[in-house]
Amino acid sequence: MKYAFYVFTSYGVAGVMTLCLIAWVWLDGRARRQELAELEASGFRRRSSRPAPETPDEMGGETTA
Amino acid sequence: MTESLAITKLSDLANPTRFMALVARLVPWLAAITALLFAVGLYLSFKTEGDYQQGDTVRIMYVHVPAAWLAMMCYTIMALSAIGTLVWRHPLADVSHKAAAPLGAAFTLLALITGSLWGKPMWGTWWTWGDARLTSVFILFLMYLGLIALNRAIDDPSRAARVAAVLILVGFVNIPIIKFSVEWWNTLHQKSSVLRLDGPTIDPEFLRPLLVMALAFTLLFFTLHLLAMRNEILRRRVAAQRRMSARIASRGDAA
Amino acid sequence: MIALLSRDLKLSVRAGGGALIGVLFFTAVVAVIPFGVGPDLNLLARIGPAIVWIGALLSSLLGLDRMFQTDREDGSLDLMLMQEHPLVLTVLIKCLAHWLGHGLPLVIASPLLGLFMNMDEVAIGATMATLLVGTPALTFIGAVGAAVAVALPRGGLLVSILVLPLAIPVLIFGVSAAYAAVEEPAPFLPPFLILIAITMFFAVLGPLGAALALRNADD
Repeated sequence: MKYAFYVFTSYGVAGVMTLCLIAWVWLDGRARRQELAELEASGFRRRSSRPAPETPDEMGGETTA
Repeated sequence: MTESLAITKLSDLANPTRFMALVARLVPWLAAITALLFAVGLYLSFKTEGDYQQGDTVRIMYVHVPAAWLAMMCYTIMALSAIGTLVWRHPLADVSHKAAAPLGAAFTLLALITGSLWGKPMWGTWWTWGDARLTSVFILFLMYLGLIALNRAIDDPSRAARVAAVLILVGFVNIPIIKFSVEWWNTLHQKSSVLRLDGPTIDPEFLRPLLVMALAFTLLFFTLHLLAMRNEILRRRVAAQRRMSARIASRGDAA
Repeated sequence: MIALLSRDLKLSVRAGGGALIGVLFFTAVVAVIPFGVGPDLNLLARIGPAIVWIGALLSSLLGLDRMFQTDREDGSLDLMLMQEHPLVLTVLIKCLAHWLGHGLPLVIASPLLGLFMNMDEVAIGATMATLLVGTPALTFIGAVGAAVAVALPRGGLLVSILVLPLAIPVLIFGVSAAYAAVEEPAPFLPPFLILIAITMFFAVLGPLGAALALRNADD
């Protein structure tokens, strides 16, 4: 195959990049879930005090002290 | 498809928890279909014959064109989310465009790298400022990086989202101008050599793998986007809980 | 409105306001180029318009981050937000003041730098004309960046990163109009008119975006 180097390099780069993205998203998600679990374990419940998070205003809602 | 579903259901999805449930239900299916499509697309793209002019390098197209298409689509989605942020102040829209920026940057980088790998055998150079598309995609890449930098620079996530949304919209209006001006600039400076490939003659032979790969990449993007949005929501929940626990602790100290 | 204009102008002209610094920076950037590319006068004359334009672009970025930040620090930004005038108009006036304070000096200084670059009279005139028309667009784009970064403690560098990609069309048409005036076959007017159109366009988009960003950055 002519130019095989270029073809395979570009597929390789695409593959590596995709895998990196998947790994990033997955690891990030796992780390976040772990943090949340640690917080739960240390006794802090969400305001609704339900095991499953429910409150809609939770995302970055202003809770300035 | 999923995104339009997400947008039409945006009003129902005032509650991120419902969104999380939707993500949990959708993602396995999406991931499975994506994997299947990639398998078919890769098979097709290596099975079909090379172009008689470009040889096997035409196979790079099956990665390059979808990546470039995603680079554009991602910015469009970010612009739609930015409107959602500014008009409806919807927290999910904030999360959406923040999560999309790194993905967009990654796919833009992929488009640039594969374009460069395609350009070396075809044009004889890794990089040329003579091609309008190459140059404007590079500018798009810079804009993605700027947006990521801005998002990181502001601590308060909802304010960062609103400010970034303004920039996304201004950039979105600018993209046609940038593209147009770069093309003009080329016609002015590059009179001798026409480096642009005049659109590979779209033969069904090439079109089939291209479409499958484009669909696969698009679904990959949506899968990753949904998951990244979920991560971002989780990140904000963690931050909110930390704040709350700190407040409770300080109240306990005071008492 | 007139009061705001004159107040901003006075602030920018006063020592430390940055108008003089901008011109000095412009001069320094352009003066450094011959050391980089060598004293070849023909080459300098050829790249002159581009160098002067790039110098102007860089130095117009210089004072941007202070555009709204000083107002935020002394609280007058809050007053502007609460005013009855539409905020867009206020921002437009501020842009004009900023341009008069920071942009116009660059335009006035450009012929001198053109002489440094061994440019002929036509090229100097064309560069000056394109700068006169093009630098307002840079200010309007910059206003968006400045408004976006208003709340950041050290936003100067970030503003430059955000603004530069958006400013590329202005640079392209400014430089190509300046070149078109010198090189014979290319007509001068089309790129010049497009440059004017871009400036007009940003005169609308810039203040709108900046006002939107300011409203969203304050709480």
